[in-house]
Amino acid sequence: MKYTLAVLVENKPGVLTHISGLISRRAFNIESIAAGYTEEPDMTRITIVVEAGDEYELEQVVNQLSKLIDVIKIIDLTGQDRIHRELALIKVKAAPGDRAEIINIVEIFRAHIVDVNKETMIIELIGEEVKIDAMCELLKDYGIKEIVRTGKVAICRGAKAAKED
Amino acid sequence: MKITGAQALIKCLELENVEVVFGYPGGSVLTLYDALYESKFPHILPRHEQGAVHAADGYARATGKVGVCIATSGPGATNLITGIATAYMDSISLVAITGQVIVPLIGRDSFQEADIKGITTPITKHNFLIKDVNDLPRVMKEAFYIARTGRPGPVLVDIAKDVFAAGVDFEYPQKITLRGYDPIHEGEEQIIGDVYKELLQAKRPLFFIGGGVNLSDTSETIRKIVAHTGIPVVSSLMGLGCIADDDPYNFGMIGMHGTYAGNMSTTETDLLVGFGVRFDDRVTGLVDEFAAKAKIIHFDIDPAEVNKNVRSHIRVIGNLQWSLNELLNQVINRTKQEWKEQFAPWREKMNAWKLEKPLGYDHNSDFIMPQQVIEKVSQITKGEAIIVTDVGQHQMWTAQFYRFQQPRSFLTSGGLGTMGFGLPAALGAKVGKPEKPVICICGDGGFMMNCQELMTVADLNIPIKIIILNNQCLGMVAQWQRTFYQRHYSHSSLKTKADFVKLSEAMGVPACRLENKKEMFQVIEKALSADGPFLIEIRIPSEEDVLPMVPAGAGLDKMIIGG
Repeated sequence: MKYTLAVLVENKPGVLTHISGLISRRAFNIESIAAGYTEEPDMTRITIVVEAGDEYELEQVVNQLSKLIDVIKIIDLTGQDRIHRELALIKVKAAPGDRAEIINIVEIFRAHIVDVNKETMIIELIGEEVKIDAMCELLKDYGIKEIVRTGKVAICRGAKAAKED
Repeated sequence: MKITGAQALIKCLELENVEVVFGYPGGSVLTLYDALYESKFPHILPRHEQGAVHAADGYARATGKVGVCIATSGPGATNLITGIATAYMDSISLVAITGQVIVPLIGRDSFQEADIKGITTPITKHNFLIKDVNDLPRVMKEAFYIARTGRPGPVLVDIAKDVFAAGVDFEYPQKITLRGYDPIHEGEEQIIGDVYKELLQAKRPLFFIGGGVNLSDTSETIRKIVAHTGIPVVSSLMGLGCIADDDPYNFGMIGMHGTYAGNMSTTETDLLVGFGVRFDDRVTGLVDEFAAKAKIIHFDIDPAEVNKNVRSHIRVIGNLQWSLNELLNQVINRTKQEWKEQFAPWREKMNAWKLEKPLGYDHNSDFIMPQQVIEKVSQITKGEAIIVTDVGQHQMWTAQFYRFQQPRSFLTSGGLGTMGFGLPAALGAKVGKPEKPVICICGDGGFMMNCQELMTVADLNIPIKIIILNNQCLGMVAQWQRTFYQRHYSHSSLKTKADFVKLSEAMGVPACRLENKKEMFQVIEKALSADGPFLIEIRIPSEEDVLPMVPAGAGLDKMIIGG
């Protein structure tokens, strides 16, 4: 099963090395990892999607990560009422004859075309993982040249911030 | 007034009450060494950086203080790695200080540059790179705090060379602010009540004590609990000494080379209470069959240790200083008599196992038997010496046959199993505990891996005694080859033209060789009573096995007993 963890860490050099080092040493299965600044300048938030066989395996991931000195807090967002999003940029072949169809798909997915030239388009899509997968599947027929995805970020609904738990 | 980064570092060491550092100079730490020269800070020069880190480790194990070692950038730093990993696996508090190339040269593959912070990330509790001298006092304070609190461990501080020369207004922080680090000291009291209730219901309880009891200096408390309740005790390799060997409730070590009684009782117990143990594979054997009839209670300071290898029914997270005292407070609510009657049949059964298959060896052999040597050393020292071993057969024989009386008296590389650990660690232990006899027991293989430290021992006249049990092979490797690889002794023979006695004497340590069994007691006694350092090489048979032995991946009751 996949679990989504919000990991609050000190915004210091070497923190990502410590986290990735730990993940590699303990042989954890990480699906995606996305890091960025937060509302506090000295804190970074990392969203990790981890594949774990059972809750014991997940407990190990959380406990081992918690041991890192730079990790301030870990919140398991898996069971919670949350919003999660991923951003993808897709460079797809767009021959003049295919363009109308591609634009159609873009509209259905509420994506955006952010660049266009004689041969290709770049499509920007924000959504849940499955939505991005679905769009990529459709665009395959036209020829995808490049995909870049951010990995999932997630936040809980409601008034409370994760760090307040 | 500004002082240099190097001077500031020495001030930090003084403020942390560091008595001595083990280090080796080089390009990136020259400024630091100049400050050491000026300050006359106590410093021990081994002959290899690996010697420095193992010595600091041995010092920490023997004293309970933080061991400190210093190495230069690049190869100096990378030579520390085995020692840092050794300390990490056994949770030893260590601060390793390494020089780094100057800040503008970092990341450019400069001369003697290595990314030691990156390299040591998986084998340190934490590590730092200091590029700004103003960070130095705070980082040193944090480094020592992290190394010694919570579950202890090694911390590496990498310092760029120009930081040592830069000026700083020195102020040592009073407080530490680490949002992500809160070493747990005390857990919930009510959980101890749950443990107490389990003890009341148990018929065949077993205490299993490990290195955590040594590290937390709680051996006294556990002895009191055991004396009051009569609950039998087994140990991991790292827990030996926490309960006196001759304690009537002690049933020795469990695991791959554990005692018959210990392993059988682990298989049969209905309540296994682990204190400061991590259920290593060398202890559990086949995990599914480990204590399969028992509820497991796990006392540990590190929440990540619970349910890592073995699932436990009750977890008691916190410092053993807290949890064991609480437990003691509760068990004394019942009388000794009541407790002891409850477990009498179980202890009888365990004692029967002990009598049925005690640890043994061939007493009538014409050869000098290694087990007998250990017994003699144990007799002569009354089990009161600090015994430091290397890794291999001699290590297991020491664990089995030395009658340890005190905690922190058996220093050995348990987790990593580092050959070459013994000699430098013994040196460090003696520096930390000059009043105690320190004996290093090694094999002919491991001894050679850091034998350069004989020079350190000789030149500084560090009066340790070194016993080489020479079987002319890599004994443990050969034992496995004999048992599981059809006696294919692939590259495990160490038959050599070299002469250990001459080697030792050449390096300045007086030595002798023992070949005749008749002279054994006399020669060992003489060697151990020598004034300064002394080395004794003892020729033992090549094909002696460490027994019992649980084959890797089998249940603990599937011991090869032999004999």
